[in-house]
Amino acid sequence: MTTSTVVVRALSRRRFAIRENLGRWDVKYSPYAFISPFFIVFALVGLFPLAYTGWVSLHSWDLIGGEGGWTGFENFAFVLQQRQFWVALRNTMSIFLVSAVPQLIVATAIAAALDTNLRNRTFWRMSVLLPFVVMPVAVTLIFGSMFGERYGLVNRTLAEVGLGPIRWHTDPLASHIAIATMVNFRWTGYNALILLAGMQAIPRDLYEAATIDGATWLRRFFRITIPQLRPTVIFVIITATIGGLQIFDEPRLYDQNGLGGEDQQWMTMTIYLYKLGWTQLNFGRAAAVAWLLFVVIVAIGLINLALTRRIASAGAGR
Amino acid sequence: MRSAGRVVGAGIAALLVLAGCASGSQSTTTDNTPITLTLATFNKFGYSDAMLAQYHTLHPNVTVVQNIAATSQAAQDNMFTKLAAGSGLGDVEAVEVDWMPKLKQYGNLFVDLTTTDTKSRWLDWKTKAATVNGRLIGAGTDIGPEAICYRSDAFAKAGLPSDPAGVTQLLTGDWNNYYSVGERFAKANTGVAWFDSAGATFQGLANQYHNFFEADDGSVVATTNPDVKNAFVSVLTASSKSSAHLQEWSTDWNAGLANGAWATMLCPSWMLGVISGNGPKIKDWKIANVFPNGGGNWGGSYLTVPTQGKHTKEAKELALWLTAPEQQIAAFVTTGNYPSQVGAYNNPALTGATNPYFGNAPIGQIFADRAKAVTVTPYKGVKYAAIMQAVQDGLTRVESRKQTIDASWAQVVSDIKALG
Repeated sequence: MTTSTVVVRALSRRRFAIRENLGRWDVKYSPYAFISPFFIVFALVGLFPLAYTGWVSLHSWDLIGGEGGWTGFENFAFVLQQRQFWVALRNTMSIFLVSAVPQLIVATAIAAALDTNLRNRTFWRMSVLLPFVVMPVAVTLIFGSMFGERYGLVNRTLAEVGLGPIRWHTDPLASHIAIATMVNFRWTGYNALILLAGMQAIPRDLYEAATIDGATWLRRFFRITIPQLRPTVIFVIITATIGGLQIFDEPRLYDQNGLGGEDQQWMTMTIYLYKLGWTQLNFGRAAAVAWLLFVVIVAIGLINLALTRRIASAGAGR
Repeated sequence: MRSAGRVVGAGIAALLVLAGCASGSQSTTTDNTPITLTLATFNKFGYSDAMLAQYHTLHPNVTVVQNIAATSQAAQDNMFTKLAAGSGLGDVEAVEVDWMPKLKQYGNLFVDLTTTDTKSRWLDWKTKAATVNGRLIGAGTDIGPEAICYRSDAFAKAGLPSDPAGVTQLLTGDWNNYYSVGERFAKANTGVAWFDSAGATFQGLANQYHNFFEADDGSVVATTNPDVKNAFVSVLTASSKSSAHLQEWSTDWNAGLANGAWATMLCPSWMLGVISGNGPKIKDWKIANVFPNGGGNWGGSYLTVPTQGKHTKEAKELALWLTAPEQQIAAFVTTGNYPSQVGAYNNPALTGATNPYFGNAPIGQIFADRAKAVTVTPYKGVKYAAIMQAVQDGLTRVESRKQTIDASWAQVVSDIKALG
């Protein structure tokens, strides 16, 4: 009898100890379990492909045939020596600037307009998003034919008002503007809505105080809205940078070949990557371009971050 | 823009599958299990719904679904992406002759289509271009024997003969003859160009040499072969006076065709459908039974059966049925794709065919003659399509007045070297 009570007591003590341990583990580790899905998914679809692309870029690698031996940094060296690579980098930057800068300015203006007391507010907000719902392929096909050099709508209209034709498919800058137009058509409304959400979160009493102090609408916009919008602006700029530097659909469908023009006028980095990987079946070189593009995006992203921080904090400090 | 992520994602998925190395399993379906076969084609192959329904009556357990890609380029991109992924291709996949060489490197990913009755079904060169190590990986569909299509009203306006027989006589000769008639035409100032683009015309020349871009061992000779540079320079010299400067297949080119911007063009049989489809308002297109410098073949396709499919045995049967002479004659009547099957050539349904759009031209007879005039089979290696793209880019650079002929050629040479 005594032995059994001892056993029971020992058992219950052990059970208690286990429960205590479980409780401690629960507090210590379950938060990690709760957030793990994101990290597992990120590792699977973000980190692993990134590392694997790096691995591929160090090999001679055929798209279908697969690995063909270690080559070290030969792919990088080859790509960096190509004229087309540097043209692609120039085009990517140029299209990015021509699209992102006006896009963000217009998006902010639209957001500010939508932030006022409009009638049929939901209607206006929805219509701003409408271009975003249209398939990018459809957008590109329509714009592509509008920007035709001889029979396109834009040049025909220009001719009507007595202006010379613009060589949308021949001149690099003109083609960049045409492509940027398609990008802006799709993304301005989307960014405007994000900025609008940011604006709605700004405490209204700030505006009321400023109005009482006699600040004009313009002054309120630049002194309150813009500085308060800082986190949203940073978010929008960074996503626009990532998206803008990876631009693919629009230049790919801008002409019938999809390779960026006869003189690579609008061949972006992703088109160059595609050309190497899927047309020439050289996956190693394509992977090298992918990594170089990654480096460029990180670099530009950091520069952007530093710039926007400074601009925004300078605005807020005053 | 952001869907670039999706494309990269697809590539990554392809890599993942490659890493896992999933090879397609072949099932041996018993005869009567109902199955569905997908047939992937592009542009216009002429395989009508009625034809596919007929196959269903012959094989009640097989239903055929056809997926049609808009362009050969789209079909090609799809093909290589899914070959790399190891799954997702149709049971029967159409392949164009120019990218066949790239696929031949991976011949073991396709089913051998050889049977006793396929031994002599096609023209020799057609079979040869799809054979790897004795295995036939593509069943020939059509070929593209070339004639010249011309606009009779524009010819008459320029004071040239305008009936098919007269034009045939006028254009009999070499390329220089074709160019000099073009000069005469240009002097008449009809407001219409002689040909559409240097690029399209160059295709005609390129297909008349056995080793144009590559030697038989696959080594690239394009940059040193004098024929290539001569063709490049001569086409561009003629183009300065005679071309509409509209790059083939571009939106402007399509609009130009609809508006009748040029008077002649190289006309492989499959081009007939393109011309009549794009230019319903232009009534004066005719066909001259002639081609500069003899004959030439441009394009043509195959049907392949990827081993990744689930029903390769049935798919092979379907591919061989579709490429039998009877079906290809039916396709010719529908879309103008000229059969590659020797057995079709004496069939009255083919030889007697006419086309009302082209003034009831006896197209069966014309293209039979044009096919007989083809004497050279171009060697097309792995890099053929990429080299052709580089040269075409060079031609377009000059036509769009971005570069001189010399500067453009120099860039062509460096672009071709970068393919190495």
